[in-house]
Amino acid sequence: MTAQGKGNFMKNDIDIDITIPSHTRHLRMIGRIGEKVAQAIDCSDKIREDLPGQLEVVLTEGLVNAIKHAKSPDPDEEIHIRINVSDRILLVRIYDNGVGFDLDTVPTPCFSANGLEDKGRGIFILRSLMDTVKYTRSDRGNVLEMRKKLM
Amino acid sequence: MNIKTELSDGISVLFIKEDRLDANNSEELKGELRRLFDSGAKDLVIDLKEIHFIDSSGLGALVSGYKNASIIHGSLKLSGLQTQVKSMFELTRLHRVFDIFTTVDDALQSNT
Repeated sequence: MTAQGKGNFMKNDIDIDITIPSHTRHLRMIGRIGEKVAQAIDCSDKIREDLPGQLEVVLTEGLVNAIKHAKSPDPDEEIHIRINVSDRILLVRIYDNGVGFDLDTVPTPCFSANGLEDKGRGIFILRSLMDTVKYTRSDRGNVLEMRKKLM
Repeated sequence: MNIKTELSDGISVLFIKEDRLDANNSEELKGELRRLFDSGAKDLVIDLKEIHFIDSSGLGALVSGYKNASIIHGSLKLSGLQTQVKSMFELTRLHRVFDIFTTVDDALQSNT
């Protein structure tokens, strides 16, 4: 992790790789890492205020999504998270080895009291907090890729 | 999950003694709410004062309780939402669905 002076903001050059077992007991730790990384990012005041809480949510929802879709008979299944921050972009990639899903078929949740569902808000939250959300399936594994502009 | 339950004039008040409500513990809350409804509870207040962080699974457990309360023409009200928790309700528009109060007492008085 390095930070060097450049213009009005310090240069953001952060690259973090995390590999953890596919289990929800690690949500607190991952959320906390997200919060701390966001606090270290030098960006506009408008973004800086909300980013720690948002990145905590994004990493938590992304990890839960990976755990759900990485369902495998292997109890040692691992999930790989990569956080990359450059001057302009925050990029979060979460890799899983499960069967995956089609992001385009995930519906927007119903907002009225009559049609409420218990589930189905995770992707909506990710789409609301990040600028782009993509999920790519491949033979070598799946990746949920999320970007947010920092300028 | 650490939950303290009190009965106040026929209303069950649940104090969630956790700092997070997420995919790691939300099923326990869902189960506890189901048990309360199964044992005859009709009106509930859930105090979230100690919760700093909620995710979509935590919201889902509360929605599940809300739906169960509606089926039996009961109620499920919330109190004590911290800033980040409140913003998750707003993001998912659930602040328009739930009756949300500042304190447990405010929620209890709204029934009178």
